[in-house]
Amino acid sequence: MLLLLAPAIAHADALERVRQRGVLRWGGDMQGGEPYVFQDPEDPAALRGFELEIAEAIARRMGVRAEFVQNDWLTLVPALERGDVDIVMNGLEVTPGRRARVAFTRPYYRFRETLVVRADATDVEGLEALRGRRVGTLGASLAHEMLRQRPEVEVVLYEGVDEPYADLEQGRLDAVLLDHVIAERYGLTRPGLKRAGDVGQGDYAIAVRPDEPALAAAVDAALGEAMAAGELEAILRRWQLWDEEQRRLLAAGPAVGAPAPARAGFGEILARVHVSLFLRAAGVTLVISALAMALAVIGGLGLSLARRYGAAPLALAASLYVELFRGTPVLLQLYVLYFGLAPLLRLDAFTAAVLGLGLNYAAYEAELYRAGLEAVPLGQTEAALALGMPRRLALRRIVLPQALRVALPGMANDFIALLKDTSLVSVITVVELTKQMTITAVDVRSWLVPGALCALLYLAMSYPLSRVARRLERRLLPVPR
Amino acid sequence: MSDVVIAVRALGLELGGREILRGVDFRVRRGEVLAIVGPSGGGKTSLLRAMNYLTPFTAGAIDIAGHRLEPGMSERRHAALLCAVRTRVGMVFQSFHLFPHLTALGNVMEAPRRVLGRSAEQARRSAEELLARVGLAEHAGAHPHTLSGGQQQRVAIARALAMEPEALLLDEPTSALDPRLRGEVLAVVADLAAAGQTMVIVTHEIPFARRVADRVLVLAAGEVVEEGVPEEVFDRPRSEATRRFLGE
Repeated sequence: MLLLLAPAIAHADALERVRQRGVLRWGGDMQGGEPYVFQDPEDPAALRGFELEIAEAIARRMGVRAEFVQNDWLTLVPALERGDVDIVMNGLEVTPGRRARVAFTRPYYRFRETLVVRADATDVEGLEALRGRRVGTLGASLAHEMLRQRPEVEVVLYEGVDEPYADLEQGRLDAVLLDHVIAERYGLTRPGLKRAGDVGQGDYAIAVRPDEPALAAAVDAALGEAMAAGELEAILRRWQLWDEEQRRLLAAGPAVGAPAPARAGFGEILARVHVSLFLRAAGVTLVISALAMALAVIGGLGLSLARRYGAAPLALAASLYVELFRGTPVLLQLYVLYFGLAPLLRLDAFTAAVLGLGLNYAAYEAELYRAGLEAVPLGQTEAALALGMPRRLALRRIVLPQALRVALPGMANDFIALLKDTSLVSVITVVELTKQMTITAVDVRSWLVPGALCALLYLAMSYPLSRVARRLERRLLPVPR
Repeated sequence: MSDVVIAVRALGLELGGREILRGVDFRVRRGEVLAIVGPSGGGKTSLLRAMNYLTPFTAGAIDIAGHRLEPGMSERRHAALLCAVRTRVGMVFQSFHLFPHLTALGNVMEAPRRVLGRSAEQARRSAEELLARVGLAEHAGAHPHTLSGGQQQRVAIARALAMEPEALLLDEPTSALDPRLRGEVLAVVADLAAAGQTMVIVTHEIPFARRVADRVLVLAAGEVVEEGVPEEVFDRPRSEATRRFLGE
């Protein structure tokens, strides 16, 4: 009971709490990059960005110190709701969806949605021309919301601001729609890309928990003072963000938006979670897992045989491969394969996902087979050779079948692990089960229902596998001799 | 007809600076049973394993089944020759080394099928006959781990016989068995001897060697100290090493 009350008490006097603590915690994501808030390239311990300066200006006027709290951009609003931060300010666009969930201060910046295409594209101008094309954007952004109104557009979601433009240049996308602040810094700086018009505008504002009106009013007032004193203009000018639009925004100076309507009810959330989308995403997860595992099983066998029986350079190469792929994160390998190698090898996202996971797991399978091969006594090979079998035949007919029996339960376990690791391929734009869950969660503003559905589907796939693994273990271990 | 199946010539084996075998010289004729006896660590097993090159030797030569084995041969470079020798010379190991993932029948059929290219039907028929010959007809479908040690060793003998070897090498075929199981294996070996199978048997069973062997070779400290018919070697040993070994 006390636990249930705790958040309510904590929220009751948020402004008082901030003043007492002397710290205003503001949430953002450094990965959003320049110019919002980012690591200073000169001094990695320090942060820079126009939002950092705005946060400091506001905190100063409130008589406290601003403290940055790093958070994944997609989960900034949930972090605010959990009370991890007092406010969120990180290119957070004022959308009807967000208005239903948080209280916004007056906007501090007005941006345009800029469409960027390849320089040689002649037929893409405006949203109408995007029919049937692949368009990249950030998940849960205003641009994403605009594109979702047009089901005829194929939307590809990214988590970083640089990758969509890299993919556009590589030909993996036909266009990118994002805020002009991002487009001008990450897209239009590339010689192969050009602007194909602005297709709308929106505002960045500071988000506060809706049940903390005193804090919202204080932050809004501090922002208003900074605007009136010309401090905001000075900051924006310093970051080359000032334009005529900002002058108009400053003149308008709207106050805090209307209080948020009540959160959507459970039934409403349920109605908006489309099970068919989840089933399709689960299918993607299963297909990627199965293909990657097939690759890993075959590749791992080759690696372990090369290590054990190959000539010295081959054995060394196989050992290096295993150490490299086991010793570095699969996430990094996926990035390198998809984005890093793109200038040399333009894989589509699905192929890169299968290849990336398959190559990684091949290293683990190789180790399993090695353990299996080592578990087969030398006497078995000798008995086979003594019968006149050539070495290859002895390996294939006598040693490998026994080694595989030792490795099989581990392989089944690895397949289950792989099934879950497929969630990592969302970073290279594949919409698999976990990605579908985050998209839906942001969409319906609840992580509970989509999360439960997602977990249920993973279990439905992994539980039969773990049953099979356990049965194999019982039947095959210990290998009777 | 005195055709020699195995001729071991001045065989030497050095391992890590230690001399395991020195100047070992003997012949085995077709249909003959040679027993190799001697104290433990005298090099008996190394000598037997050298005869199909599972243990490479470092001096001398072995003519066996129409081929010549020499020092410095490798599994990789001399694969064809080694396979040819091993196809013609069977081996039975002290601890059986049956293939645990195959049934008794599968163990016996495997090499004729895969090495000699026999049809499944042909290989199965002769495997069943061999299992019957070693008294295991009703255990054809059993996996090795369900069989007793004696039964396993009899399957191993059938497996070696399935290749119709010119010579059979047996490395202490009964030492891993407890005494009451030894008899069934020794009976099978005695039957083979009676049928004229050429065999070289490393053994500790002196009464058995006396009964089955045509000739006995005593190996001590890597050298042949005595060779002759069982009655001579066992009843009137000429060398001190033999007397000491028999006296133990």
